[in-house]
Amino acid sequence: MIENRPYLAFMSHLVLIFGVAIVALPIWITFVAATHDEIRMLRAPIPMLPGGYFWENLKETLFGSGLESLQRVSVWRMLLNSLAMAMMISIGKIAISLISAFAIVYFKFPFRMGFFWMIFVTLMLPVEVRILPTFEVVASLGMLNSYWGLSVPLIASATATFMFRQVFLTIPDEMLESARIDGAGPLRFFWDILIPLSRTNIAALFVILFIYGWNQYLWPLLITTDDDMTTIVMSIKHMLEAAEVSPQWNIIMMTALLAMMPPVLVVVAMQKLFVQGLTETDK
Amino acid sequence: MTEIQLKALSKSYGGTKVLHHIDGEIQDSEFIVIVGPSGCGKSTLLRMVAGLESVSSGEIFIGNRVVNGLEPADRDIAMVFQNYALYPHMSVAENMSYGLKIRKLPKDEIRRRVEEAADILEIREYLDRRPRQLSGGQRQRVAMGRAIVREPSVFLFDEPLSNLDAKLRVQMRLEIRKLQKNLGVTAIYVTHDQVEAMTLGDRLMVLNDGYVEQFGTPIELYENPASIFVAGFIGSPAMNFIPAERGDDAQSLKLANGVQIKKESGLNGSGPVQLGIRPEHFVEASDGPFALRVGMLEHLGANTLVHGTLEGTDVPVTASLDGIRIIENGTIMRFEPAQSNFHLFDAGTKKRIVS
Repeated sequence: MIENRPYLAFMSHLVLIFGVAIVALPIWITFVAATHDEIRMLRAPIPMLPGGYFWENLKETLFGSGLESLQRVSVWRMLLNSLAMAMMISIGKIAISLISAFAIVYFKFPFRMGFFWMIFVTLMLPVEVRILPTFEVVASLGMLNSYWGLSVPLIASATATFMFRQVFLTIPDEMLESARIDGAGPLRFFWDILIPLSRTNIAALFVILFIYGWNQYLWPLLITTDDDMTTIVMSIKHMLEAAEVSPQWNIIMMTALLAMMPPVLVVVAMQKLFVQGLTETDK
Repeated sequence: MTEIQLKALSKSYGGTKVLHHIDGEIQDSEFIVIVGPSGCGKSTLLRMVAGLESVSSGEIFIGNRVVNGLEPADRDIAMVFQNYALYPHMSVAENMSYGLKIRKLPKDEIRRRVEEAADILEIREYLDRRPRQLSGGQRQRVAMGRAIVREPSVFLFDEPLSNLDAKLRVQMRLEIRKLQKNLGVTAIYVTHDQVEAMTLGDRLMVLNDGYVEQFGTPIELYENPASIFVAGFIGSPAMNFIPAERGDDAQSLKLANGVQIKKESGLNGSGPVQLGIRPEHFVEASDGPFALRVGMLEHLGANTLVHGTLEGTDVPVTASLDGIRIIENGTIMRFEPAQSNFHLFDAGTKKRIVS
């Protein structure tokens, strides 16, 4: 569309710049705060330009004593916990969903539709709704304060199964027939044909699920009592609970910055596949 | 040596019967074309032979084995699909060798076969490409290559040329035929295109509504169609059908417009018939009994198709004349086709009347 309407162009730019500012400004302030020393951050007004303490703050946050008020566990340990949880959730979910979608689409077994609807019903039962029974189950299984406890209850969900079911339905039947004539059994067909053909969708789902897993707050808060199991998202809240001492804004903001980074990296690294996976329709 | 036998083959989906009691014997290295309009069950029949559809009743023999319960991979067949069904994430070479890899053939044997097939089909330079980088005709060749490397005893083709443009289709048609003759492999080919069927097949099986209408060589089908359906389906442009009445004297035929034709040979039975005459058999004659009121012309270059109606009726008649002809609309043309080119069909049973 080629149009020359200066007023319209001006207005649309204004709206867009305003939108960007709303999203980007807090992140900028976070970044700026992470580059000043503690003293500067306690003085008003808050600085709007970066200072020279970025590396010191980074070192202090990751490897140093960190925040004095609560730091019983280091930030890199919390990052590791978050990473483990997010990875287990996304990989576990993708693996289980692929297999269940495969069963639902390509096999005829009794009560197939029954199982399909059972999976469907779980859509209406997110963790928040079934939090008490789920806690009870996890506790009885002895999974409190473990990576399993953090990830397993979040793995069970129907969305990914649905997505893969949809993907498999777009793969022409001839692909299966041709594989049958080639002598490929169900598992070979799954590994050699289905998984490569859903590659981009797997990548897209991985991005979404990684962010979902990384941002979990309520569930980790509930089932971890051991400080060694604290995730990074939980810890940011803890950091503000410094009652006696004034908050160390530079360290808090650096931690927040670190907490933001992995999802960003995942998105950037998988951007191409992610977009393909969401837009590509033909197989 | 691979003969195929179909014995009383039937197929039903739930309560609907789509194939009725199909019998047929296919000789070794014969090229059989199954032809019919869409929905006649021809693809279903092929897929039953391939093992992709179950058999409701009857038996399929490939070689001397009953294959009803065998997996497609164990039937010693190869199939070429209409949309080629190439694996999009594999290169051409991987596509062709996938089946062999599953059968755990030695690597150098696989390579030898793939390269041999690639040479036959002239796709050697594309071996490393992905299917999406190929044109329709090239994909078609890869699909054939995938069938060839398996060295099967039966080739099955499911409308493999219908996605190609007209010129390429003619070229691939010849190539398929040549390939099948050279390899000496029994082949079953499904198509709805009667020209393809006539040019490819040693014998044609004409299917209509799940029944075999006729099973014979293209020339048999053209010269002696067993029913109105076959007569109208085989040959292009299609045969004309003129309603007529057999005379009491068993010697004359009364056309729909009242014109009497004296038959040289006797007529069996009595009552209404359909007189079938192919457009190319109309011979112009100034005092011929067939009067055609000209409606529309189609110039094909080598010949001219004259569409019109039988004078005095609205029975549509098409005649094919040699060369380019310019004829005024509404002109009455007269024809006298040779009586040996008459095809008589019973108006009730639609079957050929043997006289």
